[in-house]
Parts: sequence; C-alpha cells; structure tokens
Amino acid sequence: MSSERFSHLQRLESESIRIMREVASEFRNPVMLYSIGKDSSVMLHLAMKAFYPSKPPFPLIHVDTTWKFREMIEFRDETAKRLGLDLIVYTNPEGRAQNINPFDHGSSHYTHVMKTEALKQALTKYGFDAAFGGARRDEEKSRAKERIFSFRTETHAWDPKNQRPELWNLYNTRIKKGESIRVFPLSNWTELDIWQYILTENIPIVPLYFAAERLIVERDGTLIMVDDERMPLTPGQTPTARLVRFRTLGCYPLTGAINSSAATLEEIVGEMLIARTSERSGRLIDSDESASMEKKKREGYF
Amino acid sequence: MKPNVVHNVDAVADYLAAQDSKGLLRFITCGSVDDGKSTLIGRLLFDSKLIFEDQLAALTRDSRKHGTVGDDIDFALLVDGLESEREQGITIDVAYRFFTTEARKFIVADTPGHEQYTRNMATGASNAELAVILVDARHGILPQTRRHSFIVSLVGIKHVVLAVNKIDLVDYSREAFDRIVSDYRDFAATLNFETLQPIPISARYGDNVMERSSATAWYTGPTLKEHLETVNVVDDHEARPFRLVVQWVNRPNLDFRGFSGTVATGTIKPGDNIVVAKSGQKSKIKAIVTYDGKLPAAFAGQAITLQLEDEIDISRGDVLAKPEERPEVADQFAAQLLWMQSGQALLPGRPYLFKCGAKIVTATVTELKYKVDINSFEHLAAKTVELNEVAVVNLALSEPIAFDSYEANHETGAFILIDRQSNHTVAAGMIQFALRRASNIHLQALDVGKNARAALNHQKPAILWFTGLSGAGKSTIANLVERKLHLAGHHTYLLDGDNVRHGLNRDLGFTDADRVENIRRVAETAKLFVDAGVIVLVSFISPFRAERRLARDLVEETEFVEIFVDTPLALAESRDPKGLYKKARSGEIKNFTGIDSPYELPETPELTLSTGDHTAEELADQVASYLRERGYIAS
Ligand SMILES: Nc1nc2c(ncn2[C@@H]2O[C@H](COP(=O)(O)OP(=O)(O)O)[C@@H](O)[C@H]2O)c(=O)[nH]1
Repeated sequence: MSSERFSHLQRLESESIRIMREVASEFRNPVMLYSIGKDSSVMLHLAMKAFYPSKPPFPLIHVDTTWKFREMIEFRDETAKRLGLDLIVYTNPEGRAQNINPFDHGSSHYTHVMKTEALKQALTKYGFDAAFGGARRDEEKSRAKERIFSFRTETHAWDPKNQRPELWNLYNTRIKKGESIRVFPLSNWTELDIWQYILTENIPIVPLYFAAERLIVERDGTLIMVDDERMPLTPGQTPTARLVRFRTLGCYPLTGAINSSAATLEEIVGEMLIARTSERSGRLIDSDESASMEKKKREGYF
Repeated sequence: MKPNVVHNVDAVADYLAAQDSKGLLRFITCGSVDDGKSTLIGRLLFDSKLIFEDQLAALTRDSRKHGTVGDDIDFALLVDGLESEREQGITIDVAYRFFTTEARKFIVADTPGHEQYTRNMATGASNAELAVILVDARHGILPQTRRHSFIVSLVGIKHVVLAVNKIDLVDYSREAFDRIVSDYRDFAATLNFETLQPIPISARYGDNVMERSSATAWYTGPTLKEHLETVNVVDDHEARPFRLVVQWVNRPNLDFRGFSGTVATGTIKPGDNIVVAKSGQKSKIKAIVTYDGKLPAAFAGQAITLQLEDEIDISRGDVLAKPEERPEVADQFAAQLLWMQSGQALLPGRPYLFKCGAKIVTATVTELKYKVDINSFEHLAAKTVELNEVAVVNLALSEPIAFDSYEANHETGAFILIDRQSNHTVAAGMIQFALRRASNIHLQALDVGKNARAALNHQKPAILWFTGLSGAGKSTIANLVERKLHLAGHHTYLLDGDNVRHGLNRDLGFTDADRVENIRRVAETAKLFVDAGVIVLVSFISPFRAERRLARDLVEETEFVEIFVDTPLALAESRDPKGLYKKARSGEIKNFTGIDSPYELPETPELTLSTGDHTAEELADQVASYLRERGYIAS
C-alpha cells in the first residue's frame, strides 16, 4: 500500500487491522494484553475498527502488579465498560501473598514476579494460544528483531536465534498444545505515529500523560510520583508539588516523570520533537544493561 | 527534523500533517558479512538524528566492550540488537529500523549476511520495494552478493542500489568502482531489475550517504539519500484486477453478515458485481462497511468489510473478484520454492501444509523440475532441495484454490509451506502458472461404487497398515492375519515391502526422498484395493509419520487402521532374520532404519502389538478381534 492515495497513518492502520483479523480467525483462544498505556489505547482502538460492527472477539487482560497508578486503574475499568469488552484482571497470587514490592525486593525481582511470572501464569491459566501486545520495533534494539507473530514455547520462552521466517503477510499460526504466539500489530508504528494517531482519531488516554501539578519526590535523580501512602519516604523527605507528566506508564514507583507543562496532545508532540531522550529511559527497569530487554523477553516478558 | 523551532500548536499541526502525507519506502540492506550493512544503517540513523543521547551512551559503552573500530563509535552496534550478535559481531536476524527525511519515511530491514541466515534475508526482502546491495570495494562481487541479488529478484524487488562500500579503503578509486559496477551489471542482466543505481560510499565516514563526498569528485550520480528519496517505486496495485481475500466472516447478529479482508489489488464500489472465485457464485456489493462509516469506494491496501446483496456461501480463504477478471482456479501448478528449513530437505511426495492468502490446504511436490545454482544461475537436476536452495517444482493440492501468478499478484500468488509435524515454516513459494484447470478434471463418476463392491464381499474394505522396524515381525503377523481372514471367506490382499520393491518400486532406493515416493505409490495402490472392496494388508517399515499420514488421508478415516508392530530395536536386531542389521552396523548398508535413519513412532495408532510379550499367533488374533469389534468383518 505505497500508493499515493493513503496517508501514512491510514497505511499503518490497515496493516494492523489485517494482523488482528488473522489472529481472530486462526486462533482458538486469543487475548489482548491491555497495559493501559497509550500504545494499548491505540491497539484497542484498532481492534474496535478491525471487527466493526462486531466487537473484538477476544477479551482484554491486564496483569495488575498492584502498584499501578490509581488513575490507570480507573481508566482501565472505565474503558472496558465504555466499550463493552470483557476484562480479565490478574495478579500473581503468591506475589501478592508475599507482598512483593519494588521497595523491599528491588525492581528486577519485583518485575520478574509481578509482571513476567504473573503474565505467564495468566496465559497458562486461561489457556490463551495467542496474545496481542502493543510493542513497537522502534522502542528498543531487541524489539527491532522481533517478528509480528512471535512464537513462544510451552514455557513462554522466546528463542531469538530461531524465529520462524515471516514472509509477505503470510503468518504461520500453527502451534502445538501449550505453545503460543505473541502478536505485535503495532510493530511498524513509531512513537510519533502513535501520538499522531491519538490526536487524529481522538483516542482517550490516561490523564497522567498530560502535565499537571503532582506530588513528587526525587529518587536517584528520577522524579517519582507519590501515588499513595505505600511509598516509603526517607526521613526529612517531603513530596513537593511539581508540574510534570509521564512519557510512559507503568508501576508508579518505577516510572519517572518529566518536568513539563505540555497539557495538550499538540504540546506533547511539540515537546517530544525537542526531546533528546528516548522513550524507555523513563522506565527504571531498562537501565540495568543493554541486553536487559532481550533477556527479559526470552524469559517471557512482553 | 528541526526540533527547536517547534514552539506552538500550529507548527506542530503543520509538522504532523507534513509527516502524514510523506510517502513510505521499505527497503532492505543486504550483501556479504562485513560488507558494512549495519554500519550503513547506523550511519543513516545517526545522520538523520534518530539516535537519542542515552542510546548513544549505551553505544559508546558497548563499543568499548565488543567494538571493532578502536575508540570511535561502531555504528554497527547500534543495530545488532541481540546479545549473541553483539558478541559474535554478526547479524543473525532481520532488524527493522525507522527513519525519516524531509522527503520520505523509511523502514529499513537490515538483513543478515551469513549464508545460513539467508531465509531471514528473504523475510526482509518479501516486504521491501528496494534493495541496497552492499559490496566491499576491496573484494568486489562475492558469492553472497550473487545469492542475495538472486533472492531479491526472486521475490520481485524491482529497484536496486549497488552500494560500493569502504571506498575509503581503496583510496576513493574510480577504477575499482567502475570494475565492480561492470561486473555486477554483467551478472545482473537477467535479474529483471527496473532500476540499478551504483553509488560509491563509505558507511563508516559518511561519504555519499547523506552528503556528497569531495573525495569522489569523479562521481556525478546521486547520494544514497537523494536516490532513496526520489526513486520512483509507485506500484500499480490499484490498476490491477480487483482481489480481496476473505479473512474473517463478520457476523455480529442475525441481521448482519459481512466479509472482512484487505483489498489486495484493484478497486471496488457498491453496485459492483463480484464472484467468489472458487465456487463461481455471484452477487453484488451492497455496502463497504468500516468503523468510520460506509465508503463510496475502496482501494488496494484498505482493510474493509463487504456486505453483499445475496446470501451466498463464502468462508475464510475465499477470493472475491469481478466476474470479468477472475483469478485461476486449479489444484496443480508450477512454482518457485525457496527452502528454509535446516536439517530437513524438501521431499517430493511428502504432504506439507500450504498457506496462500487465508487458505490452508495440503500440498505435495509432485515433480522437482530443477534447482537453480545461485552462482551461475544454471538449472541443475535434483532429488531434494536443502536449506537456502531455490527450485522450480510442480505442486499438487488436496483441493483446488483460487490464485494468480506471483508476478501478477503478490498476495494471491505467494505461499508458504509448513511442516505438519514440527509446524516450522519450511519454504516460501511463488506460483508461476496452473498445470491444468481444475474444471477439467472432475473425477469420473462410476456406476458401480465402492460400497456396492464391498457389500458383495460382506466386509468393510480397509487398509491395515503394519508399521515398525525391520525384523519387528510385520510380515509374519500380516501373513497370519491374512490367512485367518481368508479362511473366514474375506477378500484380502497383502502388499509386502520387499515384494513391492522387486516390481512396482524397483527404481527406488533408500534415501529419504525415495522412501517417501515408495510409500506414496504403495498407499495409492492400497487405495485402489479399498476401492475394489478388498481388505488390504500393507506391511512396510514406513518410518516417517508424514507418509503414514499421507496414506491415511487418501482414504476415509475409518478405512485406515494403523498397526504399530512394537519391537524394541535391540530385540529386532537380535532376531535379524535377513542379516540386515549386521550389514548396517558394519556400514555395508546405508540409511538403515533404526541405525542411521530415524524411525518416527506412531502417535495414535489404532492398534499397538508388542511382540516382546506375545506370540505372532496371539497378535494376529488381536487384529482379527479388532476387525470384528469395529464391524469390518462379521463376527
Ligand atoms: N573503512 C571502512 N570500514 C567500514 C566501512 N563500513 C563498514 N566498515 C567496517 O567493516 C566492519 C563490518 O561492518 P558491519 O557493518 O558490521 O558489516 P555487516 O556484517 O555487513 O553488518 C566493521 O568493522 C565496520 O566498522 C567503510 O565504509 N569504511
């Protein structure tokens, strides 16, 4: 579809819709991993388009680490209700029982238990054979190598050296019992495309993306929002109100805010164009080492 | 991108509008290992300001750890995303990168240079409109350059840039450049490229990549950037005949039935007549439905849902066309194949899953016409096709499908083959032409049918398929079973491996390919006996699941009884009635099942006979009682 008739976003939209229809047709029990962020919002909007006038023929699942921003949870429940979709919320029961949290257990152990393990448990529990994720190839180096249909073994592992060849739009969806496929319909979108699409399509997103006065403490140079009373403060540390917004959303203790006054989508895009830091640096989990994401993904992280 | 001027909302809106109206070029970079593909892409991203500072920091760190260029930045590290790739300094898989210039957006697939990863290169090439083929100015055209050029041409890429890289290392020599260009033109003459633009570059230092180099004053052509921004790759999809592959039947409620899919080529509007290519049923377009409202027309590339005037039978995989421009419908055609599976060659006669558009059927290669030598492009006779080899074959499908030649339509002319056991994508294929029209090969309907013949025999015909190792006891048991059936007045026939190999299959040896053909012929013969109302006993090692499956698929599900004669290798070897194991062990016989050729255990046989604990007589009785219980013979 490189004909001049369509805009870049229209082309991306058609490609994503085609991918979603393929999954709905070929899998027995697909699910959409809904992470509440802007990419998920776009993905969900595309799903509404792909199957119209039908509803998307699969549920949404949210892996709740119990440390998401409160506004995210509100937005999540409201969205599922507004669109009339089934929403499954899953939390790792052992993790919850042991109160695994980013403060006492460190971000990497916490992420492993409450996100990676939780996701695997949920997929196994419900027997999903395909799961949509909102990852984009422009996000990070190992993502750039991932197929649109990404095969996972029975233990949800990704073998980057042995990916199925993926030619044309012919996706091999064959799997054995217990195996699954992660599907990334936004593979070819860039961050700018996402924002632009949200703007033109008027897609609702969590208000945390827009600048507002929020209660902030600084930890290791990162601006952390004090979203509830569970946030431990060092003696003498007092949260201060600052005009900030978030470029990505995750667990509030692990998600850095940026100083910003951008309160509209246009202002966000304007700021983004001047920004010189790439998107994921707002998430603390990635700064460990450069191969960190590949490692996580091999283990089954989305 | 000039970031600092973006201050107000209008400027942002203008900027976005400009972005959205830009054309997109998808291209791949390919060439031999170390020719500089990754460096070139790193350079393109760097010079179009797409490397953010934190990535740059990680890059300089990584550079020190693995880098090959001393203390400056190794751009290749930016794109080699996998840890094993960074360690080994090679690219294993395709990486997709995005960048934008004032004129165009680009998606570039950085494809691996190593021969063993050619299939990943093909993955990148299948969705690209242009290929940048890198050549190291010091080494000129290498086998991998030829291989990649061939595959680029095979998947139908029409535009090529010959990037003669590392021109700095040959002192920016015009002679070196001219020599390579002329060599390349010679061998690429048959590859059907519409444009071929040679450019002398240094990926490492940036010469003629984004900026014109003063060191190559003799070169007057475009820089790489200029060429990528201006080369005309506009496709003519809209001008081609209308095709839509139905992906999903859209049925939200009883009042709405729509067919969702993407317009592959052509245009469509309400009121147009359409035909379901395979069934020939016709209707008219009632509406083109989308979430954003009904459309007055839809064009190639659009994902839509069609509502028709009539209730006709349409399901996933059907191809919709206009009655005056229909695709072909056939179950046999010639195709080019790129084999992509390591460790497992293409076996003519073996059934594979075949996916074309949204249709999945079974396919077998009925004839391997020839392989193409990647270096000389010569045609070579072949019995199998191995990893990364290209062949021209005839395929037969389990049922007719609607399709076009790949040249006429990539979406309805491309297919993949999937191995039924492992589920691996084993081949990519491009349809050339139909061998015979399905409409001419309606099976002859005979007056005396299978059931009539069987009734006369007072039995239900079936294939009793004995499989197991050599010396397992297949023939002994099959013989006993036949004797019992015969005594009870049943019509039987026994096809024995050794006997058949003396006649019908005299021309076949014991390679994988020949074993497959051996079984195929026996299965077809057995099928004729079933047709004649006979209970046919087949006693064959038949070591591969896929072929037993093939035999099973030839007849009705209840007409196939797979009997696994289960004898452990050690036991069979100790019996060794024909002294064959001994010869196999000493190397006198090659490809002997169980020794140096695999036996794939049956997964769900109807019967398993364990010869370790029972006599042949007892086992034959087991088979007979199975046949009685299931009503194959009267009790
Ligand atoms: N002098 C010089 N070195 C180059 C040039 N392009 C790439 N290289 C070097 O050649 C080596 C292989 O490059 P790389 O991009 O990894 O090759 P790939 O295997 O094709 O991706 C690296 O050490 C690069 O720094 C060039 O134009 N000039």
